[in-house]
Amino acid sequence: MKEQRKIHQDRPMGKHLVAIFLSFILMPWSALAVAKQVELVGAGATFPYPLYSKMFYSYWKTTGIKVNYQPIGSGGGIRQLINLTVDFGGSDAFMSDEALAKAQAKILHIPICLGAVVLTYNLPGNPEIKCTPNVVADIFLGKIRRWNDKRIEEINPGIKFPKIDIMVIHRSDGSGTTFVFTDYLAKVSKEWHGKVGSGKAVNWPVGLGAKGNTGVTGLIKHLPGTVGYTELGYALLNRMPAALLMNKHGKFITPSTASVTRAAAVPLPSDTRLTITNADAPDGYPLGGFTWVLVYREQAYKKRPMEKATELVKLLWWMTHEAQRYTEPLHYGQLPEQAREKAEKIIKSIIYDGEPILQ
Amino acid sequence: MANLFSSKPKVLSRTRGLWAEAAFQKILSISALAILVLLTAIFLSLLIHSSPSLKAFGFTFFFSKTWDPVSSRFGALVFFVGTLLTSFLALLICLPFSLAISIFIGEYFREGILSSILKQVTELLAGIPSVIYGFWGLFVLVPIVRNLEIKLGILPYGVGILAASLILSVMVIPYAASISREVIALVPSDIKEAGYSLGATRQEVVTKIILPYAGSGIMAGTLLALGRALGETMAVTMVIGNSNILPHSIFSPGNTMASVIANEFTEATGRLYLSSLIEIGLLLFLVALAINFIGRYIIKKVSIRA
Amino acid sequence: MNREKTRMRVIKDWVFVAVVATLSFLAIVPLVLVLSYIVKNGLSSLSWEFLVELPRPVGEKGGGIANAIVGSFLLVIIASLPAIPLGISAGIYLSEREGGRLSFLARLAVEVLHGTPSIVIGIIAYLWLVIRMGRFSALSGGIALGIMMLPVIVRTTEETLKLIPDSLKEASLALGVPYHRTILKVILPAGLGGIMTGVLISVARIAGETAPLLFTAFGNPFMTWNIIKPVNALPLVIYNYATSPYPEWQAIAWGASCVLVGLVLALNLTARIIARRWQVKF
Repeated sequence: MKEQRKIHQDRPMGKHLVAIFLSFILMPWSALAVAKQVELVGAGATFPYPLYSKMFYSYWKTTGIKVNYQPIGSGGGIRQLINLTVDFGGSDAFMSDEALAKAQAKILHIPICLGAVVLTYNLPGNPEIKCTPNVVADIFLGKIRRWNDKRIEEINPGIKFPKIDIMVIHRSDGSGTTFVFTDYLAKVSKEWHGKVGSGKAVNWPVGLGAKGNTGVTGLIKHLPGTVGYTELGYALLNRMPAALLMNKHGKFITPSTASVTRAAAVPLPSDTRLTITNADAPDGYPLGGFTWVLVYREQAYKKRPMEKATELVKLLWWMTHEAQRYTEPLHYGQLPEQAREKAEKIIKSIIYDGEPILQ
Repeated sequence: MANLFSSKPKVLSRTRGLWAEAAFQKILSISALAILVLLTAIFLSLLIHSSPSLKAFGFTFFFSKTWDPVSSRFGALVFFVGTLLTSFLALLICLPFSLAISIFIGEYFREGILSSILKQVTELLAGIPSVIYGFWGLFVLVPIVRNLEIKLGILPYGVGILAASLILSVMVIPYAASISREVIALVPSDIKEAGYSLGATRQEVVTKIILPYAGSGIMAGTLLALGRALGETMAVTMVIGNSNILPHSIFSPGNTMASVIANEFTEATGRLYLSSLIEIGLLLFLVALAINFIGRYIIKKVSIRA
Repeated sequence: MNREKTRMRVIKDWVFVAVVATLSFLAIVPLVLVLSYIVKNGLSSLSWEFLVELPRPVGEKGGGIANAIVGSFLLVIIASLPAIPLGISAGIYLSEREGGRLSFLARLAVEVLHGTPSIVIGIIAYLWLVIRMGRFSALSGGIALGIMMLPVIVRTTEETLKLIPDSLKEASLALGVPYHRTILKVILPAGLGGIMTGVLISVARIAGETAPLLFTAFGNPFMTWNIIKPVNALPLVIYNYATSPYPEWQAIAWGASCVLVGLVLALNLTARIIARRWQVKF
């Protein structure tokens, strides 16, 4: 009799373990049942990330909808949208005609805000320096190698440059910021156009790569003698200098939301795909650009529920209207009137199963 | 017998038992099979997804230093050179240290508090996540390298091949040390004692008897450490400079196979771009495989000899 | 002349010991440096709020890593659920069958899997799960980590079980205990210490892995318990925030490093204590 009792004592332990195991498995799934609320996933440009992170945080606080945006670079945003792994992509580089043609369905570009790509650098005292297009091109081509080069000194009288080497920092990932920057360089320098070209990722002749606008800014902040390109907000938020660039009319323009907005005062095509670098505006900053959110026009793909599409459209409307008030404090430019009208038309053209979502 | 296991008739329990036996054996062998299947599936997936770039570039992929997403021309030479440079340099730097540790623990102080401290420390070194090494490397090692570069009059990036090799060497010490330690401890005591009885000093026994005997085993350990270094991603990505140009000195920035994948994978637009990155992954897989095989083969021969 | 030679040899002997000892202990220096640096910088970030709050938008003070802690926890659970049973069974099989083709091939496969770089496993998880499911998720990240746990669990299970003397198994079988009960109720409990050590070590290894998560778990600024949604994780926080220029984010990265290192060290320590206390003693 005693032996029988001993054997049975073995069992309860096993039962308890099984119970603990099962509860671990069931817990996340029960959360699934509870949290039926729509969550949106986006990925892409690091350019607008400070703005988007603020926008989506307050959107969550006011509406409870979670928008998870990961800054993996514009190239990443486009790729993941094409792979159908995200609800929307973010990019400062609009898709080319060929890329759009290759996509399995029509992709829309909705402009969200304006931003300025600035030349930032790390020099003792961080003086405000001026640059001409040719000087910028030659620095990034590796032809100007030292800070105290004659060509830099002659456009910056009164500034004492140290006798140190220039270290170029560029992006190591596929970046819309790179696209805007190289688009500018290709326009102003024939040599750049022939040798390197423009794109989200190019074959850089010189320099170090860093990931994201955060990586570039982080590296420059800590490395004396470096120069690189980044978005205005990143430079200002980190108290880093931004160079004045000479625009088409020969004026040195300070990068700011105002000067970028002036550069954006140009006619936009109806799909808003346009670069505004080296713009014609007399007081416009030559390195500005839009940043877009990319979505599929027909939202009923891969069995997407109607609520998701509706929430996405509501989000886009909010981003182009009420959320615009977050742009200026973070050093982004609000959408000009023209761009906003075009954005509204585009958002209204988003359909679900053939029916427009927004009336 | 009956009251120990069941109160049911013996015949029923035996057939049920037989069924349970067979099922159990099946489960065990299926698990082993599953791992084999998993590995094969991994290899095949890598192969299939690399085929666009394999077809487009063929062998020139290994020798071309062009990595141009704009014109869709890809070649992995830069990354090979970066990977090989950093890994070999890391091994070179770590070898004296790992050898010293393995001699210390394997021969001089096999037991006792000193040896257990060293053992714990070595294991802790291996336990620290790679991303934390990268973080530390970025904030501590890189400025040191940068100061060195300033003194030498070189472009003071700080990040680059040297910084990556230094961090890698710290991370690889535990792996090189552990295998070497085992092999050194495996050296049969009779030949060691023969040396001592002939009047050899400790140092002479170590350098003239133990090391040559354990030589191939130590080399195997080094090879395995090399395998680990080749695949190391995070710490290297954070301090290597991410520059797709062929490095011309150890102070240049560069890139490795693992770090280019980490940097560019999520955004590779275009089939050829993504497939080229996966092909690099395939190469990493095959190289790690080869090194593992060679290393284990050597170890097996050494332990058979002992 | 002989005395000269002997003195030289004795001196060489002493010098050699000194060099070996110095080099050995020099190898400790990086560990001390890394740990002290992390603790020094991270301790100031650690607080209750840090552990339970969500991250704040860029540039704002405060915020915490609650979602990263939960995410890492979810990832480990998702990884362990398939890896532990599969790993232990394969380990049992390999310890029971020395020869045979399946044994040989499976052992080979375990070796190769162990040596596969983690970034390659990340690629695989992306191709198999993320694209197939059409989304980034904790599930894909967890599976990638589970694949990395497998070889360690198989190996330690096999080695532990091999240490158990055959006489125990034979005694059980001789008493008429069926084979599966022998393994499950006699052999496995005997080797439980070693097996648990293997599990804990593999968990410690994957808790700090970043590379496979880059294209699977993806990251998430919000809290989520849902395994088919993207999720944040401690190593991701460290990687993303460490290279940023924002001092608030760097402070968070330091704090997260403290938490991660503390976790990994605690796991390793526990594994070692269990190994010592529950050693197979026969």
